[in-house]
Parts: sequence; C-alpha cells; structure tokens
Amino acid sequence: MSGNYESSPSPSEVGFSLVSRRTLLAGAAAVGGAVVLAACGDEGSEGTSGGTETTAAGGGGGDTGEVTFGSNYSDEKPKAAMQAALDATGLSVKVNTVDHNTYQEQFNTYIQQPDDVVCWFAGYRMRAFAGKGVVGDISDVWEGLGDMSEGFKNASTGLDGKQYFVPFYFYPWAIHYRKSLFEEKGYEVPTTWDDLLALCEKMKADGITPFSAANDGGWPQMGMFDMINLRTNGYDFHVSLMGGKESWTDDKVKQVFTNWSTILDYYQPDVNGRTWQDAATALGNKETGMYLLGTFVTSNFDPATDPAAQEIIDDIDFFAFPEIDPAHGQDAVEAPIDGFMMAKSPKNDAGARALLGAMGAAASIDAYLAVDPSSVAANSAAKTDGYSALQKKSAELVGSAKYIAQFLDRDTDPDFAAKVVGKALQDFLADPTSIDTVLATVEEQKQTYTFE
Amino acid sequence: MSTDIAEAAPPAGRRRRFSQLSRNDKLVLLVMVGVPAFLHIVLVWIPAILTGVLSFMEWDNVTPISSAEFVGFRNYWQIFTIFDNQLFPALFNNMVLIVWLFLCSAVGIGLAYLLDKNLKGTRFYQSTYYFPVVLSVAVVGFIWKSVMFGRETGLLNLIWPGEPIDFVGDQTKIFEIQFPFLDFPLGLSRNFAALLLAMAWRHIGYIMVLYLAGLKSFDPSLREAASIDGCTEWQTFRRVVFPGLKPINVVVAVITVIEALRAYDIVAALSEPRGTEVMGTLVTNSLTGEGGGRVGIGSAYGMVLFLLCIGFIIWYVVNNFREHES
Repeated sequence: MSGNYESSPSPSEVGFSLVSRRTLLAGAAAVGGAVVLAACGDEGSEGTSGGTETTAAGGGGGDTGEVTFGSNYSDEKPKAAMQAALDATGLSVKVNTVDHNTYQEQFNTYIQQPDDVVCWFAGYRMRAFAGKGVVGDISDVWEGLGDMSEGFKNASTGLDGKQYFVPFYFYPWAIHYRKSLFEEKGYEVPTTWDDLLALCEKMKADGITPFSAANDGGWPQMGMFDMINLRTNGYDFHVSLMGGKESWTDDKVKQVFTNWSTILDYYQPDVNGRTWQDAATALGNKETGMYLLGTFVTSNFDPATDPAAQEIIDDIDFFAFPEIDPAHGQDAVEAPIDGFMMAKSPKNDAGARALLGAMGAAASIDAYLAVDPSSVAANSAAKTDGYSALQKKSAELVGSAKYIAQFLDRDTDPDFAAKVVGKALQDFLADPTSIDTVLATVEEQKQTYTFE
Repeated sequence: MSTDIAEAAPPAGRRRRFSQLSRNDKLVLLVMVGVPAFLHIVLVWIPAILTGVLSFMEWDNVTPISSAEFVGFRNYWQIFTIFDNQLFPALFNNMVLIVWLFLCSAVGIGLAYLLDKNLKGTRFYQSTYYFPVVLSVAVVGFIWKSVMFGRETGLLNLIWPGEPIDFVGDQTKIFEIQFPFLDFPLGLSRNFAALLLAMAWRHIGYIMVLYLAGLKSFDPSLREAASIDGCTEWQTFRRVVFPGLKPINVVVAVITVIEALRAYDIVAALSEPRGTEVMGTLVTNSLTGEGGGRVGIGSAYGMVLFLLCIGFIIWYVVNNFREHES
C-alpha cells in the first residue's frame, strides 16, 4: 500500500534509487551506524541542553539556547539522517518527530502551537500559511544563504516578497526514457515541441507507445498540465493562474489543452485508471518510450526483488520538457522542495534563526546525504561526489533553472487542486472534446476559493 | 377508619415503588443508562449539532475558530449549484448503492436459506462466503484494485479475451438519466459498477451469516406444519419463514441502508476516480488532510448525509417501538 499517494509525493517520501549494490550496502551500514549515533545523540543533546540551561542560568546568556524542531522525518533512515544534519549545526536542538502522514494531516492544527522550527514544503503550501500570518518572516536568514540559486529563493518567497522558507532538498519532474532504447532505435532527445511530435510519430511507427501515462489518484497528469502551461504561457502566467488571478476560460489556458490534445494520441490508452507504478513498468519493459514523472520513477524498480531492476535503473535517463514558445524556452522546471519554516513567535527566536541559517548551509545537507543519499541538495555548495548520474543531472537541471514550480497541488490551494482541477483533468482525459464545459466548471468553482 | 386508610395508603404505595427499585438498582440503572447516554450525547449529538452550526459558517481550519464567519445558507447554495457536478453524482451513487445492496442482501438471504438445508460441505461454503467480511473494506478495495481490476496485470483482464478494460478509470456512463434541474445527466459510470462488484463480494457474505443465525433459531415445527399443509418450498419461505424472521429482516434492511450511505473506505481505497464519488468522500475530502480548509462546505455535505440517514433511523425506531407495543 505504500506508494499510493493521494497527492504528489513529497521529496521526503520518495527518493532516488541508489547507484549500485555497493553503495546500497554502504548506505545500510551508514544507517546502522547513524542509528547508534542518533541514539547517543538523543541522550547527548538532552545532556547538552541541560548544560546550556545551566549556562543561561549562570548568566552566560548565549543567544542560542535550546531550539525545538518539529520533524516529519519519521521513517528510520530519514530520521537518522535528519539527526545527523541537526548535529552538524552544532546547536542544541530538541527534536519532536511525528509520523509524516499524521504530520501533514494535522499540520493545520499543529501550526497554531508549533515548535520553533518546523519541517514543511515550498510553494503555495508555504505561502498559504505565510499569508495567514502563522509563520515567521526569515528574510534576514536569507542574507546568509548565498549558495541558494535564484530559483530556490523564488520558491521560498511569500506573496509579500519576504522569505518564509529554507529549502533543504528536492526532486525534479522531467521526461524519463531508457538510454538503450534511444540508442538502439537512433532516437534523439527532443528540445522543441516539433521535435517531440516527430519523435512520437517515429516511435509509433516502430510499434512503441510514445508516452507512458498514469493518472490514478488524480495527481500524475497534473505534471503534464503544469509543464505544457509553463512552456506555452510561461512561469509568471502559471503562478498567476495558480493564484486564482487568471480566468480558466482564457484562450491561453485553452491553448494548453489544445497542445495537450495533440500528444494525447501518443498516450497509453485509459490513463485515468493506471497507477504511476504500472506506467513505470511499461517504460521499464520498453513498451513505451517516454514518461513524464518525478525522478522517483526509478523507485518502481527494486533490485532486491528483481535482478533485472538494477540494469533498468542504470539505463533510465531524463530530459527537460521541450520548448513550446521560444519566449519561454526551457526556463522553468518543476521540482517539489522540502525544507523548513519558523514559527510566528518562536520561544527561542535567535536560536530558531540560527538553526534555519545552519540548516540552509552545505554542512548540514552534506551530513544528511551521508546517511540518506537518495535526495538532491538544494544548496549548490553541497558535496556531489556521492551522487548517481541521475542525481547530478537533477542538481544541474534545477540549479540552472530560472524558475522552479512546485507541482500543481503544491502551487495552489490543495483543495482547489484536488477537487476542482484534478477532477477537471480526469474529465478532460476521459473526453478531450468536453474541454470547454470542463474549463467553464473550473472557472465557476474557482470563484468559491479565496486564494489567500 | 377512612382517614386511617387514607393515611396508610399513600405510604404503602410509595413503599411499593421503593421496593421495586432499591437504592442499588437505581444506582446501577443510573450508571447503565446515564453513562452511555452521556457518552452518546457528548460524542454523537454535540458534534452533530456543531457540524450543523459550522455548515452555516466559513472557516479555514487554520486561523482560530473566532475568525469563522457566519455566511447563512451560502455553503448549501454553493454545493447545490456550483459544486452540483460533485454533489449530485455522489447522491446518485449513494442511491444506486442502496438499490444494489438490497439486491445483494436478497442474494445473501437466498444463500443463507440454501446453506441452512445442511447441504454437503455447508461449512466450506459458509466460510468461503464469509471470508471477505473478515477483511476491512479498505483492504477489500486494495485487493480488488491491484489483483482484480488492474488494466495490465489484473486477473479479470488476464482472463478477458478482448481489449483490456480499464475498470478503475473508465468514467463512461452505462446508463444516463437527465434530470430537469441539472444541466448534465446523472448515471452509473463503469468504474462505479466495477466497484459495486467488489462491494457485493463482501456484503453478500455479511448478510448471509446474519440471516443464517436467524434461520438457525427459527422454530422447525412451523416449517414442518407448512409442508404438511402442502406448501411449496417457495411458499414456505415467502409465507412462513420470511415473515417469521421479521426482526432479522429489519436488522438486515437497516444494515444495508447504513452500509450504502456510509460507503467511503472502498471508494477511498480506489483513490476515488471521477465517477465513483459518494457522500462520504465529499465530506472527508473537505474536512481532513492538507486541503481540509473548507470546513463550512464539508459540514454542509455532512448535513446532507445526516438528513438522509436520519430519515432511515426514524423509520427504524418507529418500527421497533411499534413492535414492542404489539
């Protein structure tokens, strides 16, 4: 049942498959070690915090006392990795770990009485809480985060232009393919829309379904909408549309669906009922040629149970979504980011800011990745020697992007995304000719949302 | 004399009442009735009433409740007009479910009647039919989704000779009814029909066991009398056994209606593709999870469901009391 996501998975829920068996073992060893360390660390940090309090009572009054940290890193490996990252900051941190599903579901309530620093997601999911004034402005912390690219800063900025978020790591969405298939058939990676259509036509002639396509859960196809919209109308329009400021019956939006319709012919049939895993399997079997999904697509192949899986994982590569309008080129990329926010009025304000600054630095993400190497660091100064080829490519793709979108259900009101847009996309995919009615419904229902 | 009697009588009466219920009895009664009643009021009625209140308000579930705004019937207006493409299909599906589960109940009763005849291998059939009931409905959903319905790997598609069928995602309608107050037709979508199969798998066994228990306690002499009088098998069932098991029938009917109205988990397990929405999923989607910022709308959906349920509950209670009186 794991892997059935109700919305697009968070980076902490899905990771990169590790490069080889050797790293797998090394990783396991590291986890084992880190668990022991973490266990010691827990006692140690309690001891330290006691010590700090004594110091404070003694009149030393260091500006960084104990900071409380609300964590949704509840699985064993990410938990150990997070502890390692926190230890690397050298601050005294009291961790409050909650099961990640519960954490997400209860977040609305939790954020009213939060810890000093809390784990959360970038984009609208952060902006909504920033807009409601329940999280703290940390623009001053960003002055010390020189190694974050412009894209990450944009993704951490609220609607008022201030920063409320520190990115930690991410995974990108891109079109995945099997290198060996492309070599064998002499396909070339398309960079423009016309190239893409030509490639699809070629694949079809070769008896390969060009696109793996899934939409079970209603979220996987949101990625296709996002990418076509970003390429057709650009990032600014996309954000403004997600923010409820544009009309869904606008010709610009209709153009997105017109473009989409042209590649629907190259989709696997019956999109709505297929799970992303089944679509990934088709890609792995070379029944299909391409698959737009997050890099977690490789996690569908498990070398522990299937001897052929490692070969498939090593063979999977991706390319950025092709250009549609030259005015926008390939300047935007979609990459959900995990990171941290600060409580509106933390008990230890200075400590919380110090911790956020330290967590944004390369040292802590390095410590994290040393234990759990399945993510890609947001900080451009982070060590990359442990990365697989796919991770390196992800870091380049996102690091060089001018704009980073988060994903439809993270870039707008989650309720609007799931109940209005998600349903509309399912209706569109079931009957592409119904698009005018579908968009009119979206526009009508959009009016009931406030998009704070 | 007369005054004596007059004086003596009331205390005697009072004493009799005292002797009927001792102090201990009263305490037990108070605890046995009072505690459940208290819990019932606190855990059921107060939340229900609060839901009713919230359905007239707008609240995002993040800012303090004091920021909630009273909006009158706006939430109801919205779900009946703007979100009509979600509410009415859900209501329609719930109605389809009531009809369908009654059909399943009939099949369950039929199976129970056959199994009661002590056929060879009764116990085997009994446990086979009852097996799905042991599983949680959510698990039934997961099993059917991955094992039976999968388009590429599902069992049903492996044995199906034609083009693979997309059981979970196909929202094409099998039949449609156009209602004058809606600008789109309502109907039974293919994926909901597939879901009905999965629900039948579980519901039939459930009703069968319930009814079998009733049949076991049925007085066999009545049945013998019927056969001596020359009743056919069908007449015996229709005129003797079925009316004789009225209490069980009422329970079966109530369970069937409740199962149909509260349907949620199996739909959620199939990740609620378009075409399969029911009232239960509309309520929870608005109230829980990260998107749970629309408390007013979710409560309004909840109240619609509540009003549907209360109709059946009243029918049940009235029926029960009438029985006790006669």
